[in-house]
Amino acid sequence: MKTELKININEEKEKAIQLVKEQGRRILVCASTGCIANGALELIEEFKKLGANVGVLGQKDKMSVIPTGCIGFCEQGVLVVIPDRKITYVHVKKEDVKEIYESFVNDTVVERLLYVDPALNKPIVNNEEINFYKKQTRTALKNCGHINPESLDEALSVGAYAALAKVLEINDQEYVIKEIEDSGLRGRGGGGFATGKKWRSVYRHQGGKSYVICNGDEGDPGAFMDRSVMEDDPHKLLEGMAIAAFAVGADEAYIYVRAEYPLAIKRLRKAINDAEKRGFLGKNILGTDFNLKINIREGAGAFVCGESSALIASIEGERGMPRPKNIHMAECGLFKRPTLLNNVETFANVPLIILNGAKWFSSMGTEKSKGTKTFALTGEVNNTGLIEVPMNTTLRQIVFDLGGGIRNGKKFKAVQIGGPSGGCLTEEHLDMPMDYDKLVEVGAMVGSGGLVVMNEDTCIVEVARFFMNFTCNESCGKCTPCREGTKNMLHILEKIVKGEGTMEDLDRLEALAQVIKQGSLCGLGKSAPNPVLSTLKYFRDEYIAHIKDKKCPAGVCKSLKTITINPDLCKGCTKCARNCPVGAIEGTVKNPHKIDQSKCIKCGACITNCPFKAISCN
Amino acid sequence: MTDKETMFIDNIEVEIKGEKTVLEVAKNAGIEIPTFCYRPDLTQFGACRMCVVEQEGRGIQASCTMPPKAGMKIFTNTKKVRNIRKTILELLLAHHDRECTTCSKSGMCELQKYSFEYGITDIPYVKMKEEEKLKVDSSSVSIVRDMNKCILCGACVRACSEFQGIGVLGFSERGSHTHVQPMAGKPLKDVDCVNCGQCASVCPTGALTIKDDTEKAFDLIYDPNVKTVVQIAPSVRVALGEMFGLKAGDNSIKKIYAAARKIGFDLIFDTNFSADLTIMEEANEFVERLTKGENLPLFTSCCPAWVRYMEINHPDMLNHLSSCKSPQGMLSPLMKELVPQYYEGYTKENIKVVSIMPCTAKKFEAKREQLKNETDVVLTTVEFAKMIRAKGINFDKLEGEEANSPFGQYSGGGTIFGASGGVAEAALRTAYNMATGENLPNLDVMPLRGVDGASRSKEATVDIKGKQVKIRVVSTLKEAEIAVREVKSGKADFQLLEVMACPGGCINGGGQPTACHDVNIKNERAQGLYTEDKNLPVRNCHENPDIIRVYKEFLEKPASKKSHELLHTTYSKVPLKELV
Repeated sequence: MKTELKININEEKEKAIQLVKEQGRRILVCASTGCIANGALELIEEFKKLGANVGVLGQKDKMSVIPTGCIGFCEQGVLVVIPDRKITYVHVKKEDVKEIYESFVNDTVVERLLYVDPALNKPIVNNEEINFYKKQTRTALKNCGHINPESLDEALSVGAYAALAKVLEINDQEYVIKEIEDSGLRGRGGGGFATGKKWRSVYRHQGGKSYVICNGDEGDPGAFMDRSVMEDDPHKLLEGMAIAAFAVGADEAYIYVRAEYPLAIKRLRKAINDAEKRGFLGKNILGTDFNLKINIREGAGAFVCGESSALIASIEGERGMPRPKNIHMAECGLFKRPTLLNNVETFANVPLIILNGAKWFSSMGTEKSKGTKTFALTGEVNNTGLIEVPMNTTLRQIVFDLGGGIRNGKKFKAVQIGGPSGGCLTEEHLDMPMDYDKLVEVGAMVGSGGLVVMNEDTCIVEVARFFMNFTCNESCGKCTPCREGTKNMLHILEKIVKGEGTMEDLDRLEALAQVIKQGSLCGLGKSAPNPVLSTLKYFRDEYIAHIKDKKCPAGVCKSLKTITINPDLCKGCTKCARNCPVGAIEGTVKNPHKIDQSKCIKCGACITNCPFKAISCN
Repeated sequence: MTDKETMFIDNIEVEIKGEKTVLEVAKNAGIEIPTFCYRPDLTQFGACRMCVVEQEGRGIQASCTMPPKAGMKIFTNTKKVRNIRKTILELLLAHHDRECTTCSKSGMCELQKYSFEYGITDIPYVKMKEEEKLKVDSSSVSIVRDMNKCILCGACVRACSEFQGIGVLGFSERGSHTHVQPMAGKPLKDVDCVNCGQCASVCPTGALTIKDDTEKAFDLIYDPNVKTVVQIAPSVRVALGEMFGLKAGDNSIKKIYAAARKIGFDLIFDTNFSADLTIMEEANEFVERLTKGENLPLFTSCCPAWVRYMEINHPDMLNHLSSCKSPQGMLSPLMKELVPQYYEGYTKENIKVVSIMPCTAKKFEAKREQLKNETDVVLTTVEFAKMIRAKGINFDKLEGEEANSPFGQYSGGGTIFGASGGVAEAALRTAYNMATGENLPNLDVMPLRGVDGASRSKEATVDIKGKQVKIRVVSTLKEAEIAVREVKSGKADFQLLEVMACPGGCINGGGQPTACHDVNIKNERAQGLYTEDKNLPVRNCHENPDIIRVYKEFLEKPASKKSHELLHTTYSKVPLKELV
């Protein structure tokens, strides 16, 4: 069975390592979407001006500046890392470049640019000591931020295509599938279906044309782990897909990426091109008779196109609408052929499982959820960014250790996990080890791993309204419960946040949620009511406060706010009236002022401007 | 019988007889499950969710897309199911123009029907506002689009692309803004619509309806200066009765004559007569082309949707189309010409022809430049039924009457025009006679019969004087396109191509009472026509005494100068706008 490969992957790796070494010492500048927005490219230009070689392999130098992918610590961007000295500089601006450059040459540290731990309130020199990194186990994201994503050699230097070489050498589909099955890997896109099982059912239908599809649609607001893999370590994704294609007997694959990810598309295109030229993809991969053509399909960014059947419809050129799933796509998928569909993160886990073995992977996590999971940590937490932790990590560890706790010393209230299809978790869940099944049990889901942290100032009804607005707009419009139901749920939520809701509305909201959950055609509809259902479960009081007391406990809902001036404290300085953008404050100098409630837009400008703390909001 | 597979529906053990969905199994077992989007002739869609049922162990499922499995336990009417269906109805009604009384689908609307059955009396959701209403598109001569009544079941979208391969209708926007529109949001008259009316036929509500011309017909009837002549198409006789409680396929032509007379039409003729005439001309044309080897294969031209399709999509191949007008197109000018010779008080000018057709494209055909002022009003079967009701006629109790004479007789060949394959079969009978002087040994050309989904393309080869003549019969323009491409690429091995745009032919035309719920209706209607054919004293068009008479007294012979004037036409590559 074993085949001899015409390309020796170890030699390739050694050559690549040599090339990297010849570049000299490295300065890594995060050049991912987030840091680019913060000026990473200008920063790199600045390094160039100082005479630094920027990222060109094959050039012998004493030092080089490497534009890398995302290191995950997006809150602190632009990030500059000196890997050989384990120094990470944060919030780096163009003006800081010269200083960094000089300190690099002189082996000193620019202390003012170091990360300051919010708890200890002191700068951290050794970046391994930063909690955000210390508590992570980066596997899928292992290379992100450490290599130049546009260089195949850099990828090779950290082991790219070694797993593929191993698979092709062993040349046994059964071995690959068994390894994935034994690893316990589950789909990272949302549903958490057993990956090995999926591969096996596609493998069973092999014989004619089969396809592999990578779902890179990533539509959850706030989730960007798939983008990170595609942008920052594209070869890992391609390698994972190639292994999958080999395992299920496919020779053509599609990566479905949303057009809003132009950088990912550009880097994937380059990566495919480079890999094909060097024999890692395309015809006769590594000299074997295994072929794989990987195509990129750009999606227009409809959330529903992340749903498998809608995604397939979209690739086929049809409107991205889900189809009834009475025939499994392992048998009849893309172009009516057997099709394997996994998401980016799932594929990114594959090469490591093959290289390190199923046991290594399954040693992490819980009984039924193995390995690590990435989360996009956002919201009212100190360290927002992209993290990867073993399954079974608790919410408390994520929010308080990695995330550094709630911003501005506020109180934790809840997290929304799993995006618009997920649910809310509260304080009582902080110590629950997270895995697929436990989250579903409590009314949430891992989803793609969006994790929005909310503090005491967040109105939970408004959060539910926000997500409902999202799903309502993103519904494909095909099935009645989702199309019409979400619209009406949104309408009820809008009434409630305006203080116009009734208790009957609340009943109707719940009844509608059940109909949508049970009656919808696809996963989008079936999970659309989740944010409402879970917030109703844990924060029913807050809904009732909006309805019965006409109050928003968090003081967020504008319609329920009344701003008043305490006549006893008001000195009549007129500052509030002068700052009011709508002229809602009347009064004469040295006399208490009054707010005309019919004009007030509740912007709060008067509160912040009042020198005597005479203005307050209920 | 050990290999029988059974499942349980509402605790009743029912056999699975190869049905593709639980909904079908239930239907065959006598349990109706409500649905809007499920149409047996179209692909499964699973959009409306009215058909939800409860499956033991798996909860709520849509029965229209669920394959039946042995041992499955299904409950079609649990409290949960009823609750979901009611909510769906309320949600649909909230986003619906509920002006039922002035809706032309009133009484035949499925949304209305289920709302009644499920006792919907109040709609607790955000109701459609006046300012949200979309403009009604009545630009087409055949079809009216009122998207305020659309429930997005997608049946029209599927019909247009799956039957006709045209796809002028599609979904636009998303979420609650989703709506169906013709290509690029244009009015229906400005897109490649061929007016087949299948979209309206499968529409469960009043979103797509047939343009109502009954008032125009009444105006003619009530006008003392006008003499009205009515013609009734072959397939109307086996479908109209369904509107009055008769079984599909029951031939009610004698009652139809009587009803037409009661409504006030002055003279009643049967389009079957001109179907015979069409065959005379077309068979002659076919034999001529066969002899000369020119413009083969010959494409039939009696389906106006097909003719329009050719003009739009294959203007370079119009030479293949028979130059014969359709039976409607032949009878109207002929009657205007001949009736004054036989009836007193009738002049070419005061005669107005109203035709009762199973077809919506005939409305378009009558407006063609080439056929102007020939057929004055075209009514569909359904419109005619409406007139019968409006006149207070008890159709069921009507005594049968005869058509006017002369030109009231017809042959079996004319009658089977209404089913896919019928035109080719009738043409073959006559062409065979014209070529050999003898009648076809077996008049029943069975390979050309059949109107179900599997019979949309069929062929027969006949030996005519030692020459093998192959006939291809297709229904749906999707199948027609395949045939046309074969011709274009030189691969076609047939000499005659019969095309009917509607699946199964005119018996399932866009103007007929809808047959979209039950695949058997088409078969029954077709059977009704073949039964009449079998029982008529004359089965060959060329043996119809009235046909012999009209040639003897007036037309001389097929393809004569006179017949060319009255019975043949031309086709144009001109865009729709200039034709209408």
